[in-house]
Amino acid sequence: MSTEPLLSMRDLRVGFVSEAGLVQAVDGVSFDLAAGEVLAIVGESGAGKSVTAQTIVGLTRSANTRIEGSVRLRGAELVGASDDELGKVRGAEVGMVFQDPMTSFNPVYRLGAQIVEAIRAHRDDVSKREGHERAIELLDSVGIPNASRRVDDYPHEFSGGMRQRAMIAMALALDPDVLIADEPTTALDVTVQAQILALLERLNQERGLATILITHDLGVVAEVADRVLVMYAGRVVEQGTLEEIFYDPQHPYTWGLLGSLTRIDRPRPERLPQIGGAPPSLLNLPQGCSFRPRCPHEFDRCAELPGLDQRLADAPGHCDRCWLDPERKRALRVVDDQIGLESPA
Amino acid sequence: MTADGTQSRDMDNFQAHRREVLLEVTDLVKHFSGKRGALFNREDDRVRAVDGVSFAVRLGETLGLVGESGCGKSTLCRAALQLTKPTSGSVRFEGREIAGLSRRAMRPLRSEMQMVFQDPYASLNPRKRIGQIIGYPLKLQGTASDGELRRRVQELLERVGLSPEHYDRYPHEFSGGQRQRIGIARALAVNPKLIVADEPVSALDVSIRAQIVNLLADLQEELGLTYVFVAHDIGVVRHVSDRIAVMHEGRIVEEGPADQVCERPADAYTKKLLAAVPIPDPREARARRQTIGSA
Repeated sequence: MSTEPLLSMRDLRVGFVSEAGLVQAVDGVSFDLAAGEVLAIVGESGAGKSVTAQTIVGLTRSANTRIEGSVRLRGAELVGASDDELGKVRGAEVGMVFQDPMTSFNPVYRLGAQIVEAIRAHRDDVSKREGHERAIELLDSVGIPNASRRVDDYPHEFSGGMRQRAMIAMALALDPDVLIADEPTTALDVTVQAQILALLERLNQERGLATILITHDLGVVAEVADRVLVMYAGRVVEQGTLEEIFYDPQHPYTWGLLGSLTRIDRPRPERLPQIGGAPPSLLNLPQGCSFRPRCPHEFDRCAELPGLDQRLADAPGHCDRCWLDPERKRALRVVDDQIGLESPA
Repeated sequence: MTADGTQSRDMDNFQAHRREVLLEVTDLVKHFSGKRGALFNREDDRVRAVDGVSFAVRLGETLGLVGESGCGKSTLCRAALQLTKPTSGSVRFEGREIAGLSRRAMRPLRSEMQMVFQDPYASLNPRKRIGQIIGYPLKLQGTASDGELRRRVQELLERVGLSPEHYDRYPHEFSGGQRQRIGIARALAVNPKLIVADEPVSALDVSIRAQIVNLLADLQEELGLTYVFVAHDIGVVRHVSDRIAVMHEGRIVEEGPADQVCERPADAYTKKLLAAVPIPDPREARARRQTIGSA
């Protein structure tokens, strides 16, 4: 593992021009990703997690998108790169897996043919026959039984879980260094989800693949992530290691997310702790902290936007956007002996 | 494992057993013919979506129905409510047999049993105002005047945590969580006794999910509602349910008090389902992976 990060994002800002004004979907996201590492980006719909990941490979580029900041892959800048240059990165160096494997494959082509096409788009020295052999190997490596027969099936002949495996196989076809997995298990049943998560973990260990895992499910995060970014309304509100986020969370929104989980390994509470209200519209963000209108601990200073800063002396890299005193937080975040957000008054 | 909470819940369950049965389903079967053409339609081609299911729901309780996609849970709900005709079996509502009743005969019973659907985007007509959507079931009954109707709808809006001013708005003006509240208000409009909620929170964001779960709990307490709560997420099902039925391949493989099914599962499939649920706690998740790995 080299000291230079594989992927490095600095102050990424992505805005979409709409009739109602500029929608700042991503507002200043920074992180480093090393080989073999799993970074989870957590948040609700509209938090900006998918836009952040898609912008890495230029999928958000359009006439109405305003992209600022820097994304470097092994030192090479991607934000200002030409479409051709990005085309070479996409698929070859950065693989992608999306939530819905049914809409990610073309229904009228055989699965194997689509994998061959993905390979040959980047490697014109690979013959169709070689590509076909490679597709079989890939399908086999992600645990698809009878890969040599199933390679000629159509997407609809695969179950949801098998289709997601095939999607991962295709994402790995060119042996990328980085995998972006956007809600890869959300559409799957839990028993299948567990298999896919185990597969992703195995690929991480065997290939040293760096993974950006986008999810709204903290249970999935706890199973696979090394580090976590919590996003809210386009900004990172907290970031840290897996342990820091789960056992010493600093931002009230993180407390709320952790508190509202249903846990089958604990006695159930009388009432499920909830976060009041709803996320703000990106067109009309509250002044200062975006979580302020939903936060029971809000006070005067919250009208000023807190920076994403390290606030604990002994935890470098653990940063949050909250003005509350860290010592007070440790008392405030305990609700019924668990980490949670106090119910709104 | 048996904390005090579990004890009192088991007592609650004991009490519940003495309550009156509202919905009783016995040996319910719903098969779909696999291939077209009557001549070659052999028994084997049939899809046994619901394959001999029995359960009872008592007044005021919540039965959780949990299972993975394709296990037949939605078909079971539809067949129980006579939204699709069961192949065979019995469904009794308040003691009265309703399986095979004509649409006409079912009509007066419809207001007693309502559904809440998964997708709050697909289940509301985008061209209708919220007031019309919620008021429509009442209008069908034809008993209320226009003024009464409006008052009743506004009362319902407040009851589900929306504002009476939302009456003239359209569905697209609302978020997913608010739309689910509208769907709940529509179900409540006709004063039903039974609500069948099919994956009511699975399309919602985490912070909103708890709001809707708590709203359903409050409404149950205030109005004495009986729920069948269908979901694939056993964590949510356990939280809301008095009893849980686990469905697999068209059959109920295990049924019992919610905590018992989750803490001391008897059936192999239930165990497999529980073992697959991610634990949102890194240390415990790691410990569990190691025990499963070494087993």
